[in-house]
Amino acid sequence: MAKLRTRKHKVVLNRSVGGDAGITTMLVILGIFMLVPMVYAISQSFKPLDELWIFPPHLYVINPTFRNFKDLFVLMNTSWVPFSRYIFNTVLVTVTGTLGNLLFGSMAAYALSKIMFPGRKWIFTTIRTSLMFHKTCTAVSNFILMSALGMVDSYWALIVPAWGHTLGLYLMKQFMETNVNNSVLESARLDGSSEFKTFWVIAMPMVKPAWLTLIIYCFQDLWNAGSSIYIHSEQLKSFHYAINQIVAGGIKRAGASAAASVIMMIVPVMVFVISQSKIIETMGSSGMKD
Amino acid sequence: MSKTATKAVSRKDMTRAQWTWKEMKKNWVGYAMIAPFIIVFIMFTVAPVLVSIVVSFTDFNMLQVPNFVGVDNYIRLFLDDDIFLIAIKNTFIFAGIVGPSSYLMSYMVAWFINELEPKIRALVTLIFYAPSISGGIYTIFGTLFSGDAYGWANAWLKQLGFITEEINWFEDADYVMPLCIMVSLWCSLGTAFLSFIAGLQGVDRSLYEAGAVDGVRNRWQELWYITLPSMKPQLMFGAIMSITSSFGYGSIVDALCGNPSVDYCAWTITHHLNDYGGSRYEIGYSSAIAVILFGIMIGANKLVKNLISKVGK
Repeated sequence: MAKLRTRKHKVVLNRSVGGDAGITTMLVILGIFMLVPMVYAISQSFKPLDELWIFPPHLYVINPTFRNFKDLFVLMNTSWVPFSRYIFNTVLVTVTGTLGNLLFGSMAAYALSKIMFPGRKWIFTTIRTSLMFHKTCTAVSNFILMSALGMVDSYWALIVPAWGHTLGLYLMKQFMETNVNNSVLESARLDGSSEFKTFWVIAMPMVKPAWLTLIIYCFQDLWNAGSSIYIHSEQLKSFHYAINQIVAGGIKRAGASAAASVIMMIVPVMVFVISQSKIIETMGSSGMKD
Repeated sequence: MSKTATKAVSRKDMTRAQWTWKEMKKNWVGYAMIAPFIIVFIMFTVAPVLVSIVVSFTDFNMLQVPNFVGVDNYIRLFLDDDIFLIAIKNTFIFAGIVGPSSYLMSYMVAWFINELEPKIRALVTLIFYAPSISGGIYTIFGTLFSGDAYGWANAWLKQLGFITEEINWFEDADYVMPLCIMVSLWCSLGTAFLSFIAGLQGVDRSLYEAGAVDGVRNRWQELWYITLPSMKPQLMFGAIMSITSSFGYGSIVDALCGNPSVDYCAWTITHHLNDYGGSRYEIGYSSAIAVILFGIMIGANKLVKNLISKVGK
């Protein structure tokens, strides 16, 4: 079916040259608005000190240098907890939190949208409504609960709540509804496949585009998590927290700070690029639409 | 689906409770599958939310035993707290502009780039998505619009002769709101945008063929009658994302304008909440703020839901 969507075919289907031109122009203007600050942020990190304070400032670099990055690494080595530990913390929490959310969230989403058990609508309404409640106010009760469970000041305090992240479930449920065909599931059930197997083998591959969205969202959320009220030990703190601590040194560290924001940015962008290419490729060939 | 249809016949012989129990037993696997998520969800979301709602009727401040004070917190908010009224006004201005604009922008961009070749699409998606994925990268606007002569905007406006004195962008009440709105729009093509892209790719292609036969004449008709109705769940998801982020915004203001912003000109409900909950430990009072914000967001959600149900009609 995907074959139908060739360039030639689309022109026949309701497209005008004027419309194409107008849309392209709009995209280009918006794209420039999006790009300029990003380019500026990146070029700041490669500017030598004299260029950082040049008048008027340039968007581009004249003499690119890695000095800011070197300065940043030197600063990193001065911290008494080795920097690799902060990186390990963030990676551990991010990966386990994201995978747990993907697995539990999709499983619950499958059950809520494809298994007709009583109470599912009511449960889903509760889940959706809870998205609107601001986190600051639940922090106190969460803290009390976590200390009762002995989770304060451990990785669990960051990982377990991420598993029940509502947004992941909500996203998966919406995609299960549009992308997963009920008749396919029905025939799998008639063939004697258990619900768990149907979910894993049939439904999950059909919602791959949603995985990407969920993984990216969850990853970025956990990656950017700064200090947390649940963690006091220095050696359990996140990379983001640590990097913010060392670059908060005013003008003297302007270069290192620019380098730090580029490093913080590059990782989620890489995750996005890799998962996008992997998932979108497989999607085209999996024949998810009958 | 056919199973439930056959069950419905025998349903007449049973009471409602009996029937529910039977369905529950038959579909027990459904409960098993939601269990891991639901347990975590109840522990870390439902229970704390309920506790906060109860606490909003007390004067809990972390030090003394809380007393039940009825709706005193709510009365104080609306009658005695001028800053809260500013916060409500600002939140509505902000959410009213950023919410719909970011939603439309996300959808339009996703829809436009959906027609590009896959390789180009991946690149363009990255360009639009990068600002929101990169966490705190929006602080670059602090450098671009820095109040001194080294700020990019000031330097060039001066160089070109538009201004003689540097403008203190983030400390001038006239500029703070527009700038914060601009920055928020800049990093607003986020999760909703991605889910729109994914949703567009899931639209059944044969519907377009059928539509062309049935007399869909241009891309706008195709959008309205075919594409939008086939992705209503994603539209709803995007709406929730826009509502929660536009009503819950605050970190951008803190990073760029400091906390509190000058004359409270960008002070929002979230700031007020964090101020009382996080700094003053007046948990009862801040819970009341959270409950009000909760109510506003549920209202906005209802409104958007009604709008989305009209799509394609």
